[in-house]
Amino acid sequence: MIRVEGLCKAFGDTQVLDGVTLDVATGESCVIIGGSGTGKSVLLKCILGLARPDAGAVLLDGDSVTRTGREAFLSRFGMLFQGAALFDSLPIWENVAFRLLRGPLRRPRAEAHEIAIEKLRRVGLSPDIADLYPAELSGGMQKRAGLARAIAADPEIIFFDEPTTGLDPIMAGVINDLIRGIVSEMGVTALTITHDMGSVRAIADRVALLHAGTVRWQGTVAEMEATADPYVTQFIEGRADGPISALR
Amino acid sequence: MSHLARLGAAVLSLLAGTGRVVLFLLAAAHALVRPPFYFSELRRALLNIGYFSLPVVGLTAFFTGAALALQIYEGGARFNVQSVVPSIVAIAIVRELGPVLGGLMVAARVASSIAAEIGTMRVTEQIDALVTLSTDPMRYLVAPRLLAAVIAVPALVAVGDAIGIMGGWLVGTSRLGVPSAAYLQATRDFLEAGDVLSGLVKGAVFGLIVALMGCYHGMNSDRGAQGVGRATTSAVVSSAILVLAANYLMTEVFFSP
Ligand SMILES: Nc1ncnc2c1ncn2[C@@H]1O[C@H](COP(=O)(O)OP(=O)(O)OP(=O)(O)O)[C@@H](O)[C@H]1O
Ligand SMILES: [Mg+2]
Repeated sequence: MIRVEGLCKAFGDTQVLDGVTLDVATGESCVIIGGSGTGKSVLLKCILGLARPDAGAVLLDGDSVTRTGREAFLSRFGMLFQGAALFDSLPIWENVAFRLLRGPLRRPRAEAHEIAIEKLRRVGLSPDIADLYPAELSGGMQKRAGLARAIAADPEIIFFDEPTTGLDPIMAGVINDLIRGIVSEMGVTALTITHDMGSVRAIADRVALLHAGTVRWQGTVAEMEATADPYVTQFIEGRADGPISALR
Repeated sequence: MSHLARLGAAVLSLLAGTGRVVLFLLAAAHALVRPPFYFSELRRALLNIGYFSLPVVGLTAFFTGAALALQIYEGGARFNVQSVVPSIVAIAIVRELGPVLGGLMVAARVASSIAAEIGTMRVTEQIDALVTLSTDPMRYLVAPRLLAAVIAVPALVAVGDAIGIMGGWLVGTSRLGVPSAAYLQATRDFLEAGDVLSGLVKGAVFGLIVALMGCYHGMNSDRGAQGVGRATTSAVVSSAILVLAANYLMTEVFFSP
């Protein structure tokens, strides 16, 4: 279980996160929604320790994640970055198998290759692209290759930053099914950021709305559909007028 | 007062920058001696820094040796000592011009490419991705490049020395009428092992400076293409100046009268 307590993070004068508190239970799929630029990506980076929060704590199974425990902590994680963040210098399959080619999870090269091909297939990428370099793929293909890399070593906890952005509706459906599948079948804990309400309905056990640096609302998908909270309804219906300013 | 304050602020920021570079170097050295080691990265860095710099360094050395032979012949003619051409060309190339010009060319070619590559990785979140894949960027990116530069640049300097002397020989024999055997004999008689060795040590230090500046500025690149551009410029400028400064200091240490 991941517990985020009172996380604050400012860049210069802008207070991006202002006391975010959030629990994600083991084996749960939690989805974070919120306007563009509200700090969703920053929140994930603070949890992973890629950005240093100004205040607050991140607890994993009740233990505070300190510098020394970072490595063990990260070895249980997979992360899909918003911009895919594939390594330019490595072909796609080596990107996907990165963790399996070095470090404690190291496998023989042939086996790592096989796993990479299998993971690529799961995100709808054909084995033909395995030997291409990231720059030779389209944006959506890069995103899916990044997704394959995030799940390659079968982590216990996976963060997805906008997994379906830039994908066609059919591919988005494939990815939603994939995420739902690994949560339900393999008991993975997932924290997903998305703007796509179809995705939210397909993969979320619980939804949290981030607004003005805090978790403004959270609940199940059914509660989300029923709620009268003006922030949530504006977000679901995609209206320009409402409490969430369209200018940010 | 405000001028004084500005001067103080500049000095403070210089000191803080120096401190950050030193800490960065210590962290890199620490990463270098503790496993895991990434040999494929080291091989890639050796190829990029060493092998692919050969043409640039070789051409630089060749033309420098050739021009030097002409200059020294012309200058020596004023005192009727044209016979010093081979020995002075050899000394100047091996002790000074080979390592310094080689170091500067490597600074231009390698510091920029390292800073641009690592800077781009920083702004496209590839460095963050490395961390989430349980790979320490200091070990995976920085340490192999530093080690490769410390190995490759002395080797480049050695090759440059040979080509520079050859440039002098070519001009000496074809344009100045020095007999080939005499030219080579004079070079051999005059050069000492210490001359060559000092040049190689300089090369190793220059290699370290160039790779360190490339990695440091790349890792600390600001966001966006502009950030990477600035990091690249800073890496080239700072490594070139540090190469020249370090050259002076080492020359003092090795050859002070
Ligand atoms: N490294 C940084 N330096 C300065 N400001 C930053 C940095 N990273 C993020 N920010 C700022 O923090 C705010 C939140 O950024 P973040 O990327 O988390 O938004 P987001 O909620 O993920 O938006 P989107 O849905 O568009 O991806 C933005 O205003 C951004 O300008
Ligand atoms: Mg984002």
